Amino acid sequence: MCEVGEDYGEPSPGGLQPPRPGREQKCVKCKEGLPVVVIRAGDAFCRDCFKALYVHKFRAVLGKSRLIFPGEKVLLAWSGGPSSSSMLWQVLQVRLRRPQGAACGQSATDRAKTLAEMKQVLRALGFPWHIVALEEVFGLPPTVLRRPAPAPGPVGTGPAYKAAVDHFLQQRCALGAGREEQLSHPGPREPQSPAVLPTATQTEALCRLFGSVKTLTAKEELLQTLRTHLILHVARTHGYSKVMTGDTCTRLAIKLMTSLALGRGAFLAWDTGFADERHGDVVVVRPMREHTLKEVAFYNRLCAVPSVFTPAVDTKAPEKASIHRLMEAFLLRLQAQFPSTVSTVYRTSEKLLKAPRDGFAAGPPGPRCLLCMCVLDVDSADSATAFGAQTTSHGSPTQPPVPEAGAARGPCCCAWMGRPHSHREDARARVIEQLCYGCRVNLKDLPSLDCLPPYILAEAQLRSQRYLPTLGGLGGGFWVSIPTHLLPPGPGPSGRPRRTWTAMRRPGWVRAEPTGRQEPAGAPSPVCINKNILIRKLQSTWGRSADPRRAGGHGFLPQQHAGPAGPTPSPAST
Amino acid sequence: MAAPLSVEVEFGGGAELLFDGVKKHQVTLPGQEEPWDVRNLLAWIKKNLLKERPELFLHGDSVRPGILVLINDADWELLGELDYQLQDQDSILFISTLHGG
Repeated sequence: MCEVGEDYGEPSPGGLQPPRPGREQKCVKCKEGLPVVVIRAGDAFCRDCFKALYVHKFRAVLGKSRLIFPGEKVLLAWSGGPSSSSMLWQVLQVRLRRPQGAACGQSATDRAKTLAEMKQVLRALGFPWHIVALEEVFGLPPTVLRRPAPAPGPVGTGPAYKAAVDHFLQQRCALGAGREEQLSHPGPREPQSPAVLPTATQTEALCRLFGSVKTLTAKEELLQTLRTHLILHVARTHGYSKVMTGDTCTRLAIKLMTSLALGRGAFLAWDTGFADERHGDVVVVRPMREHTLKEVAFYNRLCAVPSVFTPAVDTKAPEKASIHRLMEAFLLRLQAQFPSTVSTVYRTSEKLLKAPRDGFAAGPPGPRCLLCMCVLDVDSADSATAFGAQTTSHGSPTQPPVPEAGAARGPCCCAWMGRPHSHREDARARVIEQLCYGCRVNLKDLPSLDCLPPYILAEAQLRSQRYLPTLGGLGGGFWVSIPTHLLPPGPGPSGRPRRTWTAMRRPGWVRAEPTGRQEPAGAPSPVCINKNILIRKLQSTWGRSADPRRAGGHGFLPQQHAGPAGPTPSPAST
Repeated sequence: MAAPLSVEVEFGGGAELLFDGVKKHQVTLPGQEEPWDVRNLLAWIKKNLLKERPELFLHGDSVRPGILVLINDADWELLGELDYQLQDQDSILFISTLHGG
């Protein structure tokens, strides 16, 4: 297999590498012009054909998706970087018949100069714009983390799309022409919030937060999360139902591989897909996803697209400083030798499905991660057992030795009863049990949660009071027994790697009677299997079952009646 | 024997951070035995212009993957990459695509 750093030497003649195009060739499209850029593997385009292709790709991606409607308010997230600048420029060129706003984020370096440059660019655009500083996360309300129901906008594909658009436009006309004019006013508007520069306290709090994070990987993830929340807040405040970000093909390929390494494999479809509807009322779309970074850089040069450079947390960081950097270096080096690498990885991301195929969606949705707002991919009650014990670094001599993460040993109250808990540890455990696997692992690099913005802690507190009584029911997770043939062969994994797919816990009270597989009483082995596939298979046979054991597990759960014994385990079923 | 060349070297997309923040450099390459090609230019840049962290700009003989090279506003892949012979008054632009989004 390919290895980073390995030198592949010269490509074999007539082998994998396509012949290098030279200047003597003509543009592959118009067959006349002098080629100026090579994109993909060996396709040389002249200046005009390249520009036309670039713009066409942008329009095609938007048109194909049928998500954006004429007259709809769209927020363009602009970081100042080349990709989002190019996206802004495209929107301007394409002259989409919709009002747009641009929101750009900033971090705390060379503020005044960057701010002035950004304002200059934004004024030239002619859209209404809002500048938001990252420090404003300390002023966000906890409602940012809640997922309202999606707005009843028009939906439709195929012939129904046109009808839906017509209906949408009629509705907007009914709302009043005055409002339309205001929204489509081309004059630049100053930002709504008069104070653009944040307070010193907020800046200090932000520096403290990022200073306390131990690894660059966790810093980058945290930055991404906070930025998303901020943009979401701006979008909701100003009534935007769509947000466009400038993620390019190369960046999404890197993001896909990085997400896998970070334990976010369950959410790849949302993290890298065209439309990200996890926030409910606000949909994040990625119209630049068909453009590579090379095309963006070249187009920006050709058309003199203004962009503002701002150093980020990973500027000048060495290659192995974080998983993001490592993955970026790996993919780009591979791409240099094998030009179809990025597009292959990208095309894989297009094939990822968001919803399981058989009607699993008919059931009520589970709780969502506090930070990334994806549906939880770990059993919330895990926090009381081995994985949670590892995560929260509880240590007690009275606690039984912790087996691999995911295994439940005896009554799961062992982690909670019998020793006093500090308020701080409780608060930390409360936050962690509401996070998905990837976010939990990231949070391990943040020693103290006190530095987190208050809206996160407040929402965590609220949810822990709201969700706990229902953990044993439909919301947080459920006990199921697993028929033999769904289990991976052989004994359970002993040294479970830290970043893997989620584990399903086997209950102690309902036990599949596997043939030839001995289970010690009360100590089921951990199972690493895709939870969604498993749930679908089991539901088709048995449906969900509540776990009566959970009543005794947590010290603070109300006692539940002993529920039905559950479905009779029958290994031969399904 | 190659005559001295006067070329303009420009850095963008964040690469200028490695060159004291200066984007445009008008350089005069001294005369030497071998003709000036991009390979030699990169070695010259490393010795004379690059202020810090060579590994962020160069990778072996060539530029780091992710850095786009434009010679007279044309992709260097069309011109032979490292083997392109520099002419007087050429403009070589290095854009880092790795930074920003």
